[in-house]
Amino acid sequence: MCRVVDLQQAVLAKNDQCAHDLRAALAARGTIVVNLLSSPGSGKTALLEQELLLARERGIPVAALTADLATENDALRLARSGVPVKQVLTDGLCHLEAGMLGGHLDGWLPQDTRLLFVENVGNLVCPASYDLGETLRVALASVTEGEDKPLKYPTAFGLANLVVVTKTDIAAAVGFDEAAFRRNVQQVNPGVGVLLTSARDGAGAGALLEAALDAANGAPLHAPVMARPQPHTHPEAGHDGGHHHSQDHSHSPSHSHASAVPQHLA
Amino acid sequence: MSGAGKVTMHEMSIALAVIGQVETAAEAAGARAVGSVRLQVGELAGVVPDSLQFCFELACAGTLLEGAELVTEPVAARARCEPCAGEWAVGMPPDLCCPVCGTATAELLSGRELQIVSVRWEDGPTRAPIREPIHQER
Repeated sequence: MCRVVDLQQAVLAKNDQCAHDLRAALAARGTIVVNLLSSPGSGKTALLEQELLLARERGIPVAALTADLATENDALRLARSGVPVKQVLTDGLCHLEAGMLGGHLDGWLPQDTRLLFVENVGNLVCPASYDLGETLRVALASVTEGEDKPLKYPTAFGLANLVVVTKTDIAAAVGFDEAAFRRNVQQVNPGVGVLLTSARDGAGAGALLEAALDAANGAPLHAPVMARPQPHTHPEAGHDGGHHHSQDHSHSPSHSHASAVPQHLA
Repeated sequence: MSGAGKVTMHEMSIALAVIGQVETAAEAAGARAVGSVRLQVGELAGVVPDSLQFCFELACAGTLLEGAELVTEPVAARARCEPCAGEWAVGMPPDLCCPVCGTATAELLSGRELQIVSVRWEDGPTRAPIREPIHQER
């Protein structure tokens, strides 16, 4: 004898709850998280080092947490800016989760921090599914990575509130087609802003910092189509928690909180 | 798409999350074994079903779910444009701009699901009545 029971639970519900609580706890003390996602080698660290230095010069209380599988190299580089920096070694894990981040902030994050930049593990697949309690999610790509990067990693770019292009100083040398890149970004995330930056020649310096400050000050953020809560459009599924949900129904609405980006952004 | 051998490791975290939730539900239901778990995986959930199968099988070993089947239901990603009232399958890679008017006012109707739909328990309290004929020995 066997029994079939409907569960209707979002798989990432625990992480989403954790992220929600962390965001609320940080907001209560005036801190927002900026979650930076990109491939390895896209230039996240160089850009962040520059932005942290600018923040320090302007007296903006910022901090940075950087996650890698191994080595403390990134933290050493970021620490040159003089702001509080923490290295997290994920011990092989390909992404950060909200609970892990919260644990690392305990007893470390200075109380007056306005902006906490989180440099996620260099990976465009796994980190995309995990809300870290951020207010601003940024997907980065360097000009060397190919204009179709947003199409190859639609979840990472599709859920971003902001897209940043790095290493524009070598754009001409590598034949970067900016129009094609922008077109591809718009395909997966219509309306999202794109910043062009070069940590080497200083192009776009401070733009990411400004965007983060705007977010901290409550300016309206771009709400990606992919991150907006999915409507409940199928009358047959009803609003009863989906318990009469038919299993061969191929695109019934879920009652999940599957979006990786918090609902208050949507 | 990758096969089971390609490890995009967050599928392991996802498999562990599924197992954790099913274990909690099993405890509440007094179930002792799990036959299958049915999961909706949206096209835009960022999860590779094959990798998830691979990780699920590994992660179930030694748990209440050992030997349980993972049934994944793919969910197509669909979007709707408010001004045009048109609806379309966004495809992969997804196109979230309205194919008719090209505006960015699209609304995603489905495709981000990552949801445990149902679980089949293999035994538990309901098994007892089946054995009742043995009451001969009374």
